[in-house]
Amino acid sequence: MSLLELKNISRQFGAIHAVEDVSFNIEPGEIVGLMGDNGAGKSTLVKMIAGNFPASSGRMIFDGREVQFDQPSDARRAGIEIVYQDLALCDNLSAAANVFLGREIMRSVGPFKFLDHRKMRERAAELFRELQSETRPRDVVKRMSGGQRQAVAIARTRLADAKLVLMDEPTAAISVRQVAEVLALIKRLKERGVAVILISHRMPDVFGVCERIMVLRRGHLVANKLASTSSPEEITALIVGAKAAA
Amino acid sequence: MNKSPDASNLDSVFNLSERSKLGEVLRSQEFWIVVAVLIIGAVVGMIAPRFLTSANMANILQNFCFTALMAIGMTPVIMTGGIDISVGSTLGLTGVLLGLFCASGYPFAVVVLSVLLVGAFVGIINGALVSYLKLPPFIVTLGMMSLVRSQTLVVTNNQVVYDFGKAGDTLLALGSGSLLGVPNVLWAVIVSAVVMQWLLSMTRWGRYVRAIGGNENAARLSGIPVDRVKVSTYALLGAMTGMTAIFLVGWMGAATNALGQGQELQVIAATVIGGANLLGGFGTSFGAVIGSVLIEVIRNALLLAGVNPFWQGTFVGLFILFAVLLERFRSTRA
Repeated sequence: MSLLELKNISRQFGAIHAVEDVSFNIEPGEIVGLMGDNGAGKSTLVKMIAGNFPASSGRMIFDGREVQFDQPSDARRAGIEIVYQDLALCDNLSAAANVFLGREIMRSVGPFKFLDHRKMRERAAELFRELQSETRPRDVVKRMSGGQRQAVAIARTRLADAKLVLMDEPTAAISVRQVAEVLALIKRLKERGVAVILISHRMPDVFGVCERIMVLRRGHLVANKLASTSSPEEITALIVGAKAAA
Repeated sequence: MNKSPDASNLDSVFNLSERSKLGEVLRSQEFWIVVAVLIIGAVVGMIAPRFLTSANMANILQNFCFTALMAIGMTPVIMTGGIDISVGSTLGLTGVLLGLFCASGYPFAVVVLSVLLVGAFVGIINGALVSYLKLPPFIVTLGMMSLVRSQTLVVTNNQVVYDFGKAGDTLLALGSGSLLGVPNVLWAVIVSAVVMQWLLSMTRWGRYVRAIGGNENAARLSGIPVDRVKVSTYALLGAMTGMTAIFLVGWMGAATNALGQGQELQVIAATVIGGANLLGGFGTSFGAVIGSVLIEVIRNALLLAGVNPFWQGTFVGLFILFAVLLERFRSTRA
């Protein structure tokens, strides 16, 4: 059974067809690359899956149930987490505080409830250990490397035990060495049985971790094939339209 | 970094604290402002020995409290990236209403509650306009500053309120009294500072205040009720301004309609000198208190040193600039 099934999903903004008649399946624990030029509809598609806005038409089946997400918290409750391109972290807070933002662990003493700083630090450390990332729970995010920031954002998704993680350009703005770190993090998610949809412009990253690659062009899904049967040249041709479909 | 670390060496990494406790203190804005206060005290003490007398110390400890109470309330507002320049006017309005309510013969407890509610109400309007209508806090509270000050004149018809009726005795006793040798208002500052710091560091609300100031968008995406938290900070500041009015009018024995005029700038200055960042995300109630002490010490010291009082603003201004530079210096080095 597929984890996520999209059937004929479309989305219009006024007269603009951002996404048109897109159908695909995502299997549990699968890493799928979603590629396309700027404005091809990648972000729109991902935002629909994450519940940022509804589809104009089409059906979405997640984990065996037909779903309709009205807001991101609905998607999150179902088991879909999104790692935003700008990471949506608070620079002034510690790694642990960011991991637990909006889902703090509380400790009650009589009628009062306090933040349980120690438990959150310990749990964050466990998550970083699981991701094998040298990220210290106490450290302030502001002073962290791009790779560590990614680890914090990804640890957030592990907290909820998400089944599907959507990643929007996680390697766009970081150094070469940190890219390797982030790709390793993505593979760790897979080891845990988490499916990942990776939006990226970077061909080596997509071919490095993805088993399957989907290409969007002008809102249409023009390719959906195994990475092993394709090549960066073919994908590039599909993205720019030199090749119509595959 | 390149080698894949095993679990045991990761544990040692996790337990590393990046900086020692002492280092943290030395790096804090609050510490350096305390140092500044002590230096100013020592220098002025040599020039004007009267500065260090216990009578003058008591004087300072009484005077700084009114700014400090409001600065403690201002701290969460500034931490969310907001600002409230209407607090001086709110102090005026709650002050004269306090007098008028007392004079109308209401029991003291009812008067206190009403004054706190009026303050909170002004804050809620400010907060709602800022949060739900997305208006810039500076402009919203600038408008409110004018509106509330004008209402202060309207309700008093430009008369000074000094006849407080029966509840007046309690009010004056509260304002000028002390407990265990410490003025009541100073107790209020101590309790407020401790409670506020506890709220900021130990509760969800405090965590959210900090998060909103750090990255409002991230806070929203994390499901934090950003708008409600912001409104609550303005409401709390309003209520604390009302509380300040009770102590201030009780101490002065009269409520003029110029009460609190210009005080908003002192409150904001104290908060910023104490390390709150106007861009949001940083601040402590202890910082707000020590910032208020510094401003009062400058005022008092210049007076006793025989410096022309017109110079006061120059020194307070220099310290604001100094505080901002200090903050910049710390944040680029960290």
